[in-house]
Amino acid sequence: MNVAARHILIVGAGHAGGVAAATLRQTGFTGAITLIGGEAHPPYERPPLSKELLAGAIPVEKTYLRPLAFYTENGIAFRPGETAVAIDRAAQRVELANGDTVPYDALLLTLGARARRLALPGADHPRVLYLRDIVDSLALREHLNTGARIAVIGAGFIGLEAAAVARKHGAAVTVLEVQREPLQRVCAPEIGRFMATLHRRNGVNLRTGVAVVAIEEKGGALEIRTADGETVAADIVLAGIGAQPNVELAHAAGLAVEDGIVTDEFGRTSDPNVFAAGDVTRHFNPLLGRKLRLEAWQNAQNQAMAVAKVMAGGDRPHAEVPWFWTDQYDVNLQIAGAPKRWDDLVWRGGPDDKAFTVFAMQDGKPVAATTMNNGREMRPAREMIARGRAVDPARLADAKVKLQDLARET
Amino acid sequence: MADENWVTVAKRSAINPGDVLGVTLGEREIALYDLDGAIYATDNLCTHAFALLSQGWLDGEIIECPLHGGRFEVKTGKGLGPPINDDLKTYPVRVVGEDIQVKLD
Ligand SMILES: Cc1cc2nc3c(=O)[nH]c(=O)nc-3n(C[C@H](O)[C@H](O)[C@H](O)COP(=O)(O)OP(=O)(O)OC[C@H]3O[C@@H](n4cnc5c(N)ncnc54)[C@H](O)[C@@H]3O)c2cc1C
Ligand code: FES
Repeated sequence: MNVAARHILIVGAGHAGGVAAATLRQTGFTGAITLIGGEAHPPYERPPLSKELLAGAIPVEKTYLRPLAFYTENGIAFRPGETAVAIDRAAQRVELANGDTVPYDALLLTLGARARRLALPGADHPRVLYLRDIVDSLALREHLNTGARIAVIGAGFIGLEAAAVARKHGAAVTVLEVQREPLQRVCAPEIGRFMATLHRRNGVNLRTGVAVVAIEEKGGALEIRTADGETVAADIVLAGIGAQPNVELAHAAGLAVEDGIVTDEFGRTSDPNVFAAGDVTRHFNPLLGRKLRLEAWQNAQNQAMAVAKVMAGGDRPHAEVPWFWTDQYDVNLQIAGAPKRWDDLVWRGGPDDKAFTVFAMQDGKPVAATTMNNGREMRPAREMIARGRAVDPARLADAKVKLQDLARET
Repeated sequence: MADENWVTVAKRSAINPGDVLGVTLGEREIALYDLDGAIYATDNLCTHAFALLSQGWLDGEIIECPLHGGRFEVKTGKGLGPPINDDLKTYPVRVVGEDIQVKLD
C-alpha cells in the first residue's frame, strides 16, 4: 500500500488521534509524528464524561488514554491547545491558528465531532449547556446538586446518561424528547421503551413527543416552552441533541465530504496523502457493504488503529460490526450492528428480567443485537452478526441454549 | 505463619470447567476461573472501569470484560491491549479438601 511516510501529522488529539499516534509507534513506525489538538488535555476517552467523571467518581486524569509523559517518551510531538485552520494539500502542510505551518508527508484527520447546538430563541443563554469535552463535564457537574432543577433536551444516550447521574445526585430532572421514544435514532422502539421505564422508575420526568420552541429567563429561572404551549421551569438546561462531525477543514481543502469525511475501509480520503478516522469519518464498512458515520468508542479506537497500521505500510482494512454501549443507573446496555431495517425481534429473556439479549432479525439472520446487563453474550452476538447466517429463532430465543454454542454452529 | 493469608473463598463444587465465579471478600472482589479443572484467581474488577469480570466471557484462557471488551490472560493477569492499560492482579490458589483457598497479601 502506501509507502511509509517520514513525517505523519495527526490533527485532532482526541480518542482516535491518541490511539493512532500510539499505534504508529507500536507497529514500529520510526518516522516523526506530530499530534495537534485543540484541547488542553492529552487524548482522552469521552464515555466517562457523562458517567463517572460527571458523577465525580474519578479524577480527570483517569480519562486519559495515556499519561502525558507517554508522548514525549515515544517521540510523539504532542501540541495541545493548538487549532488547525487550513490544509494546503498541494504544499502538504497545515496552518495553525497561531500562524505556524506544519508540513506533512501523510496527514491523518481525527477531528471528531461537536455537540449540535440548539437553534431556538434563548438558546444562547449561559445556563444552556452541552456535553462533549472535559470542560463541559466539569461545568455541568457543578450544577448537579440536590434540589437543582435540570431540563435535558433530547433523550439520546448523552442526555439520558447525564439524567441518570443528575438523579443520583438528587437533582430534579425533566427530559424533553421530540420523538415518541427515547434513543429512536439508534435502537428499536422496544428498547427505547425499556429505557423510558427505567428513567421514570428512577424519578425522571420524561416527556416524549414534545418539541421545545423557546427558552426564556424568568425571575432567575429558565422557562422552557414547548410547541403545545406548556412550560418547564429549570435552573439549567442540558441540550443533548446529537453531534455534528468537524468536517469544515476537510471541506475547505476540497476533500470529499458527505456528513463526514468520506473514506474507504483503509481510512483513505480522496487525497492519497490524507487519511481520516473516528467520529469525523463517513467510512466504508465491508461487512455492511455501505458507508456510515459512527459516534462510538469502538470506532474511535479500532478504526484509528487500523488506519494507523495502513499509514505505517499495512494493508488490512477496518471491518467490524459497529458496537456501542451506555451505562445508566445499574444498567449496561450494549448495541451491535447498524441495520437500516429489520423484520422482527427475538428476545432471550424479557424486559422484566435482570438481564436480556434482543436480536433484530432480517430474512432469518441476526442483523443487530442489544444486551441489557448481559455483556457476556455480546461477543458471540457480534460474531453471529458478522457471519450473517440464518439462525433458528426458537433456539435463539431459548436462554438455556448458550449463545457461544449457537455462534459456533451457525 | 505461612498459612496466615490463605482464605477459603468457595466450595470446589461451585465451579465447573469453563466457568468464572465472582466472590466478595470484605472490600475485595475476586474472580475464580476453572480452566480445564485447574483453578485460577484474579481481581474481579476490570482495571479499565467498573465492571465485574465474572460477568464477562471466558474464551479459553482469556477473560473478556463484559463492559467494553477488554481482555486479560487469566493465568498471568496480563492485559491484552486497548482499552486495557493496566494488568490484572492474580492470586495464588489451592484446593484443600472441598474448599478453594486464595492467598491474599
Ligand atoms: C459525553 C460522551 C459520552 C460518550 N459515551 C460513549 C459510550 O458510553 N460508549 C461509546 O461507545 N461511545 C461513547 N461516546 C462516543 C465516543 O466518545 C466518541 O465516539 C469518540 O470520542 C470519538 O473519538 P474521535 O477521536 O473521533 O473524536 P473526539 O474524541 O471528539 O476528538 C476530536 C478532537 O479533535 C479536536 N479538534 C477538532 N478540530 C480541530 C482542529 N481544527 N484543530 C485541532 N484540533 C481539533 C477536538 O478538540 C477533539 O479533541 C461518548 C461521547 C461523548 C461526548
Ligand atoms: S470496564 Fe472492562 S473493558 Fe472497560
